[in-house]
Amino acid sequence: MQLSREALLQAYRQMKVIREFEERLHSEIQTGEIAGFTHLYAGQEAVAVGVCEHLTPADKIISTHRGHGHCLAKGCDVNDMMKEIWGSREGLCRGKGGSMHIADTNVGMLGANGIVGAGAPIAVGAALSNKLDGPDENGKLRVAIAFSGDGACNQGTTFEAMNLAVVTQAPCIFVFENNHYSEHTGVDYAVGTSKDIASRAEAFGMKVWRADGTDFFAVYETMRELLDYVRAGNGPAAVEFDTERFYGHFEGDPQRYRGPGELDRIRETRDCLKAFRASVTGARLLTDADLDALDAEVMDAIEGAVETARAAPRPTAEDVLTDVYVNY
Amino acid sequence: MAKMMYREAVVSTIAAEMERDPSVVVLGEDVVGGMGTAGGPEAIGGIWSTSTGLFGKFGKDRVIDTPISESAIMGAAAGLALAGKRPIAELMFADFIGVSLDQIWNQIGKFRYMFGGKSKCPAVIRMAYGAGFNAAAQHSQSVHQILTGMPGLKVVMPSTPADVAGLLRQAIRDDDPVIFLEHKALYATSGEVPDGEHLVPFGHARIARAGEDVTIVATGMLLGFCEAVADKLAGEGIGCDVIDLRTTSPLDEEAILDSVEVTGRLVVVDEAPPRCGLATDICSLVANKAFASLKAPPQPVTPPHTPIPFAREMESAYLPSADKIEAAVRKLLDWR
Repeated sequence: MQLSREALLQAYRQMKVIREFEERLHSEIQTGEIAGFTHLYAGQEAVAVGVCEHLTPADKIISTHRGHGHCLAKGCDVNDMMKEIWGSREGLCRGKGGSMHIADTNVGMLGANGIVGAGAPIAVGAALSNKLDGPDENGKLRVAIAFSGDGACNQGTTFEAMNLAVVTQAPCIFVFENNHYSEHTGVDYAVGTSKDIASRAEAFGMKVWRADGTDFFAVYETMRELLDYVRAGNGPAAVEFDTERFYGHFEGDPQRYRGPGELDRIRETRDCLKAFRASVTGARLLTDADLDALDAEVMDAIEGAVETARAAPRPTAEDVLTDVYVNY
Repeated sequence: MAKMMYREAVVSTIAAEMERDPSVVVLGEDVVGGMGTAGGPEAIGGIWSTSTGLFGKFGKDRVIDTPISESAIMGAAAGLALAGKRPIAELMFADFIGVSLDQIWNQIGKFRYMFGGKSKCPAVIRMAYGAGFNAAAQHSQSVHQILTGMPGLKVVMPSTPADVAGLLRQAIRDDDPVIFLEHKALYATSGEVPDGEHLVPFGHARIARAGEDVTIVATGMLLGFCEAVADKLAGEGIGCDVIDLRTTSPLDEEAILDSVEVTGRLVVVDEAPPRCGLATDICSLVANKAFASLKAPPQPVTPPHTPIPFAREMESAYLPSADKIEAAVRKLLDWR
């Protein structure tokens, strides 16, 4: 597989946007300016981007508790997302959703979710909708993707969704992001199938893939293969990506469950952005200067998003009553 | 006008709407029935015969028979609706909401608001509710008080075949999620149904009997009991204003308050448990907004606060009856 220079730059830019979005949120949250619960995705960027770079707006995704990365990778506007997290009435969901409940159906992003494991059956429904619409002009089915973590994989909804997808041959893809922690509990303890989530999907009769989720190229190539399979009408499929979560379950989580030096070690050896840079510069596809220039551009974009969010108009008491059918 | 059964009004309305709008999709357990069996597809056609013939007419992509997976059914309905379809999901027995409640309550009911009004979720969730078949505590419940208490959901409770047709057509075309509650004891009842584009808007109660002495508010199966009481008392010169709510959310407050302003007396008959329910809600509404009109305290007539019993004698004793409704009316007339 050889990606064009443009595709490489785009992939790196997307991953960097997610990373800086998250790093900036991490520091802004310390100031107390952002309300509510925030669950950061930093560390897992290669998965969101490696999956979503293959998709069009007609392909749908359903995200998780840890949804910022999926939203950005699927094309949600960075300024509108920042405004939403700040709670502005100009936010992507008019300040009614906040960090955990961001959606933009215009780009095929059908929602992050405050309930762990709720997304998988919704993705099956979106996939059934795509199946009903039939193949595109190239004879390929539009798909729906359920992102789930290793925590969500233990919910009954995930099992029901996998079975229903197989029974109905829905073009649904279950993307399991195993970051080894469901909230504050380790995968070795909580996942009762030898730490292997993909084998569960296999048991439902699905073809499955497994790959290193910190390696953008592994994710991208796996998804290319998997998408060819599902778009051709072979029914659902699943993939498990082994990945890393750089922050706690939620912002403010003291992470006492981490091993000594664990966070430093994964930042050093399992950082998908560092790995991408080493790979493309090593192969002389891009230079450090190319990537540094992109870094600077992204930092400006994030700074701009934060300034925009900070200055954006706040909602009023009247806004509580809009967007619900009964007008009191 | 055609005379048809309550259950026929369900299936004929679904078929007509599927014909009209290709985005309408049906899904649920045994909605086709017989899948994967020697008997083959359509051996059943829904346990209430409310989807009979749809599979043959519209095919497997629009009439989706599901495994017994209530969360997956409701979640799939949510996904279909978010992706632009108009799913009609069948829950079979209303008692099963507990199994799928997250998808109904936290997902389907909240998307529109939570996503700032930029997404709609036009799902219809049909379920059979109510007692009368000695099916006991897990297959007889009235769950509208739970669902009415959830902002974002519209809750519909038709009591006649005409209202089944008019309200279900409205529900399918509505851009918000609608819980459509069908009383299982009414499926075999018959009535005239207007032909063609019969639509009944939500939030508009029906005056089943007009009278000036006592207001009786009810839904579903119990409406028939109330009508019988009204007819009986009419012979004694007592006028009952019997209000069929049709929808509990939105609630036609105006119809209730207008009636109580005239009668000054209110009986609310409900099949759900008494605590924190529809009857207490409407009594509270009237106490708050029409206190000056009241000649006596509002009377709720509900089952006791117990699970639903099995044996015939106990189920009859549990349910509101014509006798209990009549007694409540007379109590109001005798007050002071």
